[in-house]
Amino acid sequence: MTLIDPKAIRNGDRLALSRALTAIENNTSESKRIQAALFPYTGNAHLVGVTGSPGSGKSTLVNQLAKTMRQSDHGEKPPKIAILAVDPTSPFSGGALLGDRIRMQDLAGDKGIFIRSMASHGALGGLAHNTAAFASLLDGAGFDVIIIETVGAGQAEVDIARLAHTVIVIEAPGMGDDIQAIKAGILEIADIMVVNKADRPEAENTARALKVMLEMGRGGESMPVTGKHLMRSIADKDETPKQADKKPGWETPIRLVTAIEGSGIDTLVNDIRQHRDYLESSDLWQSKEAYRLEKDLEALIKDKLLSQWQESLDEEKYQKVLMEIIQRKRSPIEALDLLL
Amino acid sequence: MTDRKIRVLIAKPGLDGHDRGAKVIARALRDAGMEVIYTGLRQTPEMIAEAALQEDVDVVGLSILSGAHNALVPAVIDKLTENGLDTVKVFVGGIIPKGDIPNLEEKGVYAVYGPGTDTQRVVAEIKAAVNPKSD
Repeated sequence: MTLIDPKAIRNGDRLALSRALTAIENNTSESKRIQAALFPYTGNAHLVGVTGSPGSGKSTLVNQLAKTMRQSDHGEKPPKIAILAVDPTSPFSGGALLGDRIRMQDLAGDKGIFIRSMASHGALGGLAHNTAAFASLLDGAGFDVIIIETVGAGQAEVDIARLAHTVIVIEAPGMGDDIQAIKAGILEIADIMVVNKADRPEAENTARALKVMLEMGRGGESMPVTGKHLMRSIADKDETPKQADKKPGWETPIRLVTAIEGSGIDTLVNDIRQHRDYLESSDLWQSKEAYRLEKDLEALIKDKLLSQWQESLDEEKYQKVLMEIIQRKRSPIEALDLLL
Repeated sequence: MTDRKIRVLIAKPGLDGHDRGAKVIARALRDAGMEVIYTGLRQTPEMIAEAALQEDVDVVGLSILSGAHNALVPAVIDKLTENGLDTVKVFVGGIIPKGDIPNLEEKGVYAVYGPGTDTQRVVAEIKAAVNPKSD
């Protein structure tokens, strides 16, 4: 195996980039070296999350978004776009069928776009364990926009809110009533709401139910609303006071889109840009980055501590304590003192 | 370190629209614990080689029922080589006349599977092709 050169990745060598992603996935020692070398170049990419239930049209929407972003930059250089598409790992075989590329065939042949499919490996938040590390590497490799498509997510898969700067939640018409819309979870993390399949008759109703939900969430004029949708889910049980009182808030738009035909996409691309401008002008970009980096560090520390503990573990003692727990002779809480 | 998953790209080059065989193979490989990237119908050799590069796959499986294998398979292999993917293993499934198989093998295809092939054989031969030492 030849060594991967971080400089080659910076210079746009796609094979080196692809191999580096594999190295991260397999947690090789080489991956650490590459990640360290590219880290100083990170922090520039706009991370855009796309989430929603299975079959709501995430991949089709991502296809259209990327295509439009590559075309529509008024005379400027079009952004380099990376797409991370996460699909579920089978809990039984450990295998995965990654089928998001099927909907992204329009993007083939454009060297300014790099698509990578990931298997979730049993992670439950809608992303894979390594999605953040992948995004960071692509950021360091010089991609301007990184679109992250989650596993088909239901109500609670909100990890994307921590990773992405801008979260698009996509709904299809005819899935549940207005009570679904006021439940907690995935709808709360939306910076932009999309009702896809707008050619269907129920689409207007779905949009209306979502609008009511968002207006309730805004709770009248007096509440400071800045970054609410972004920060509420990630700020719970966390200290970080946000500068909520300085800038006018972001009002989550609801867009009707027919992704398969490409209608409504221009508006959406514009929303994404405006949300980036909003984050940058309100310091939320900085605080969100700081929060994410801190969480990444915490996750690394947890992984490391766990593996250190596993290495130093007395297996015989562990089995003995485990057996005592199974026989209800000792509680798991007490067992902690013996094992740590 | 977790065990490395074998990544396989299943692609249908050319113009025929029958992908049942490709789906059966994709499903069988998934059930064998592999990560399968399925790209859908009507792929050009360039598209297949580009997807193989971006996904960093170990194996590419081509499903062809149109009879155009003698043109398409070498084209895919050439494009893979152009992309620096000369270590990627290639197998072909579909309707391939016996007489054409030696020619494809010479081009670098490690196996050709016809209708009725036992999927477990496909799984075992992929594992052997990717890790020649273990069986």
